[in-house]
Amino acid sequence: MITHLLSAADLTRDDALLVLDTADELALVADRPVKKLPTLRGRTVVNLFFEDSTRTRISFEAAAKRLSADVINFSAKGSSVSKGETLKDTALTLEAMGADAVVIRHGASGAPHTLAHSGWINGSVINAGDGTHEHPTQALLDAFTMRRHLGSLEGRRVTIVGDVLHSRVARSNVLLLATLGAEVTLVAPPTLLPVGVEQWPCAQSYDLDGALVGADAVMMLRVQLERMNAAFFPSAREYSRRYGLDADRMATLPEHAIVMHPGPMNRGLEITAQVADSPRSVIVEQVTNGVSVRMAVLYLLLGGSASALGQATDVVEDVAS
Amino acid sequence: MTTSTSEPAPQMRAVLEAEDIQRALTRIAHEVLERNRGSDALVLLGIPTRGVPLAHRLAERIGSVEGAHVPCGSLDITMYRDDLRLKPARGLERTELPPEGIDDAVVVLVDDVLYSGRTIRAALDALGDLGRPRAVQLAVLVDRGHRELPIRADYVGKNLPTSQRETVRVMLHELDGRDAVLLSNGERP
Repeated sequence: MITHLLSAADLTRDDALLVLDTADELALVADRPVKKLPTLRGRTVVNLFFEDSTRTRISFEAAAKRLSADVINFSAKGSSVSKGETLKDTALTLEAMGADAVVIRHGASGAPHTLAHSGWINGSVINAGDGTHEHPTQALLDAFTMRRHLGSLEGRRVTIVGDVLHSRVARSNVLLLATLGAEVTLVAPPTLLPVGVEQWPCAQSYDLDGALVGADAVMMLRVQLERMNAAFFPSAREYSRRYGLDADRMATLPEHAIVMHPGPMNRGLEITAQVADSPRSVIVEQVTNGVSVRMAVLYLLLGGSASALGQATDVVEDVAS
Repeated sequence: MTTSTSEPAPQMRAVLEAEDIQRALTRIAHEVLERNRGSDALVLLGIPTRGVPLAHRLAERIGSVEGAHVPCGSLDITMYRDDLRLKPARGLERTELPPEGIDDAVVVLVDDVLYSGRTIRAALDALGDLGRPRAVQLAVLVDRGHRELPIRADYVGKNLPTSQRETVRVMLHELDGRDAVLLSNGERP
């Protein structure tokens, strides 16, 4: 049984499909007059954000509130962390306040893992992005968005382009998409591919134009200027020429292909405004879907006496009365 | 109580056969029409799993008597159950409202077995979040007694006195390949 969601690799195919199917149902809540379910009433979800975030934090907050959980938002800026408090002491404080789940974003890869396995807290830990490591709920919402447009992901071709080296989104997506049977190609300049990438369950290429042919979905990654402490490419102009998605490149994609971006975008660098605002772009929809997917994750981890993820597939006596 | 085990245990006996279920549903269809003076503003909502095919069958019968279309849908109550925290979280079933919605409608909830009444309590809560029906009525194929809440059915296919140790299992053609209501003789399989 999985009580924490730390990595997209923790999810089996059945788990991932359960999350996506549950999110499909929960997406309907957004169309109802009362956009709220009583399921997590009395439970407390803490958003523990050591790094800046707009959509992930708001998305988790909206998801928890739609399930009637109490939400405590904690951001490192303006808290005792800026006075030098350690992760451990922060965690003990949250535990003392009775957090049932901690959604953590941290600049250090592995911080959610430490929090989950340290014994400092009893609740579920959900990784909302750790350093350059993983961002599993982003991968789930991306898979959810692709599934809505393309149907089953089995055998679908997904091209992920850009700063793979610094991208937790790319790593989680590769792992989850491989679990779901999609064929992933990473495209980046050699300097922006991590060491050991040839062991990931995906193909790699340095040539964007070749990788766009026959792709069902193209995911553009943000160039993470804030993590770049060395010269990874000669100039922004050259990067954008070789690895940016513009209207001409988009025109070479198959008719049904969708364009994705996890946000926030550097318009004009990895993606042109024309592409970002085109009808093929599902970037805004990704944000909407994020709420449904995070509701599904919170429900499946916290809704019952035990998590529904990582169960053997049989189970569940259906008691109608 | 129904269980998802695929084979009926040997000590289960049929208390309703296919024809009995057909007749009960036909009678309920007429009772619904009589009580509501026609099918105007009626919406049938089945509670998954086995309430859904029952609701569709009822809607079809009411429709054919009145010569009108009766809106029909499903209402998943998982998120509203009061025993959610006693069991591991589980996947959700479909909630599908007819496009007409349920505001100002007479909603007939349809379920296979009425037992503790807790499912219906949850269904009433779920309905409240979806709209405001003019009235809510309840149709069940089997009422086996042992209520734990002040809830009763408006339309009952069969009243089946049971002991709490017994198990009632409804099988429907759409899901189980045959129509029958089975009752165990008290030994849990």
